[in-house]
Amino acid sequence: MSDFTSGFWPIYISVLTLVSILGTWVFLKSQTTRKFAPGEKAELMEHTWDGDLQDLNNPLPRWWLGLFYGTMIFGLGYLALWPGLGNFAGLLGWTSKGEYQAEVKAAEAKFQPMYAGFMKQDVATVAADPNARAIGKHLFLTYCSQCHGSDAMGAKGFPNLTDNDWLYGGEPDTIVATITNGRAGVMPAWEPILGAQGVKQVANYVLSLSGRKHDAALAEAGKAKFAENCAACHMPDGTGMKALGAPNLTDKVWLYGGSEATIIETISKGRNGVMPALTQTLGTTSNKEAKLHLLAAYVYGLSQQK
Amino acid sequence: MEATTYNYKVVRQFAIMTVVWGIVGMLVGLILASQLIWPDLTFGIEWLSYGRLRPLHTNAVIFAFGGSAMFAVSYYIVQRTCQVRLWAEKLAEFTFWGWTAVIVLAAVTLPLGITTSKEYAELEWPIDLLITVVWVSYALVFFGTIIKRKTKHIYVSNWFFGAYILVIALLHLVNSAELPWILGGSTSAWYKSYSAYAGVQDAMVQWWYGHNAVGFFLTTAFLGMMYYFIPKQAGRPIYSYRLSVVHFWSLNFIYMWAGPHHLQYTALPDWAQSLGMVFSLMLLAPSWGGMMNGIMTLSGAWHKLRTDPILKFMVTALSFYGMSTFEGPMMSIKTVNALSHYTEWTIGHVHSGALGWVAMITIGSMYYLIPRLFGRESMYSTKLIEWHFWFSTIGVVLYIASMWIAGVAQGLMWRAANPDGTLTYSFAQVVATMHPFYGIRLAGGALFFGGMLMMAYNVWQTVRAGRVVNDAPIPQAVHA
Repeated sequence: MSDFTSGFWPIYISVLTLVSILGTWVFLKSQTTRKFAPGEKAELMEHTWDGDLQDLNNPLPRWWLGLFYGTMIFGLGYLALWPGLGNFAGLLGWTSKGEYQAEVKAAEAKFQPMYAGFMKQDVATVAADPNARAIGKHLFLTYCSQCHGSDAMGAKGFPNLTDNDWLYGGEPDTIVATITNGRAGVMPAWEPILGAQGVKQVANYVLSLSGRKHDAALAEAGKAKFAENCAACHMPDGTGMKALGAPNLTDKVWLYGGSEATIIETISKGRNGVMPALTQTLGTTSNKEAKLHLLAAYVYGLSQQK
Repeated sequence: MEATTYNYKVVRQFAIMTVVWGIVGMLVGLILASQLIWPDLTFGIEWLSYGRLRPLHTNAVIFAFGGSAMFAVSYYIVQRTCQVRLWAEKLAEFTFWGWTAVIVLAAVTLPLGITTSKEYAELEWPIDLLITVVWVSYALVFFGTIIKRKTKHIYVSNWFFGAYILVIALLHLVNSAELPWILGGSTSAWYKSYSAYAGVQDAMVQWWYGHNAVGFFLTTAFLGMMYYFIPKQAGRPIYSYRLSVVHFWSLNFIYMWAGPHHLQYTALPDWAQSLGMVFSLMLLAPSWGGMMNGIMTLSGAWHKLRTDPILKFMVTALSFYGMSTFEGPMMSIKTVNALSHYTEWTIGHVHSGALGWVAMITIGSMYYLIPRLFGRESMYSTKLIEWHFWFSTIGVVLYIASMWIAGVAQGLMWRAANPDGTLTYSFAQVVATMHPFYGIRLAGGALFFGGMLMMAYNVWQTVRAGRVVNDAPIPQAVHA
């Protein structure tokens, strides 16, 4: 696609550019006075300002002129070889897009044979291969560690990948799907429906599910509200639903924190957890499918260590 | 009746505020440098977070410190070299209070997170309008004074001030074109606005502005400062009138083209990137013209450098100017830029210009100017100026050397690849590598800041022992 909205603009750009460089050249030429003879000294100009401010009138330094002309010659040469003058592509035919595509193609060709072997194996087999794990670790550090941490132990809102507790499931195919297409873990805000007191009751019921310290009266009051509003996703027994990524509330793993205050915050305001789709993040990088495969194997391997 | 004295009041106000804003702006810089080492330094208070303070630092040092310095010296120089009192003095007085109001509003709104998000143009539309009014007043005062001048020729400093005032007006009006939300009926955040441009056009307009803000605010304007104070302090005529003319026009003309080099290897079309690079390279000679003219003006007065720390500041400023205007064109070359862009190298480059050139020429000039505004021959302590000079110089060198090393290391680590094609270093590993260099940078910044505190003390003592000069006579005899 052309960068220009009409045929006028590329001509405008080219003419303006060339006239500017050549005009600068002519200006410089016209301002150059003869070199001083040996021993000749510059005269003072006739004007004086503020008592003692005066100008000598030395000619332009020759090396400086050389530098100036040199950069202009370089500029004209560069604009002949590379794109710059409107639609003129330059004699070398270079484009930044072309440079990128060539690099990707070269990487594709160079590393493809190495990746091809891994692509023939399933995720569990690749996960057992120390060479694949080394590559996977580097990919993980590049693409995943920003959220999940260099040690993959996660942080508030970002799941720990080493504990074999899964929101969406830890089977190889599920991990591939999660990494490739991303996930959106949405917990709606319940305060508008339950009210502040209702939220507190449900929170205490949730605390009771995992045997944590809670107010029994509040929990009892929350039980019916939970069954009515929360069980659809978290299941009547609170063990969660992997198809939706609804967390198990009966275990000791808390994505956003398990204190009463945090649980109240979670229920009141809801949560929006986003795992980006790496197929988009990786964009047009080389050997994309293989990278997704190796990443999935690395993550799967993390949960299989113990 | 025709005025017989110069207006020093507005010069004095801006000169004092230059020192004050310099200290404030650099202190914010120190906090930012510390935050990069100790991220929890400000206890997670949002108003003091890095993202909020960073624009406060840049606005404070460029527009509060640099801006006040330019107002002070341009009002001083235009009067003395035109041999007339300022035209429209009430307007000049307004520029002081107006500009100070802009700075105070920036200091309030930026920590609150009110920003257009355009670098060096973060202030929202109500403040933009105030800036416009102040700047038009400035232009009227300056050009009005030029028009009623007694001298026949216009002194070289004033050419540079004139170019800077006109171009900054143009840059500000074009880049800050924005649609306030209130026009769309939103009253909840009436001070917010959308840029008038979108996508890559917005980026191009922004960096056309951003680069020329450096070019005209921090280069052209301060060259005008240099062209007055160096010949004055050295007691020597300017080396070459012709070189002044040639580098003035070529610098102003070519600077206008160089903005796209901030967008190498981005969505900006290739042809625009190339033009940015080519014209940035062509900018080298015009930039060096000013350095040459300043340094050659000193030839014949080199012995004064041994005893005169003010001159030391000025010569060192020119050296840093020469270095950073060489470094800039080099960094605009696509292959160099591919390494240097987004790294600490850029921060080092900016500070070699901002501290080495802008701050040092300003400090030197203020040491010349301030005693004269307070009826004294010289500053309270020359010894302290000497100390200030060494603190500043060592500070800048530590700053830029650490950022060069950090930047190149960062660029190389980002692109380093394993034999299997994956990246060798994670982002966090690169950040960890930066740690010691951030420490050295903080030490450099602290030294520079320490020098500013010495300056404040020296200025305080000078002002205390001096008298306010409001009767500097305008000479009646007019030279050719």
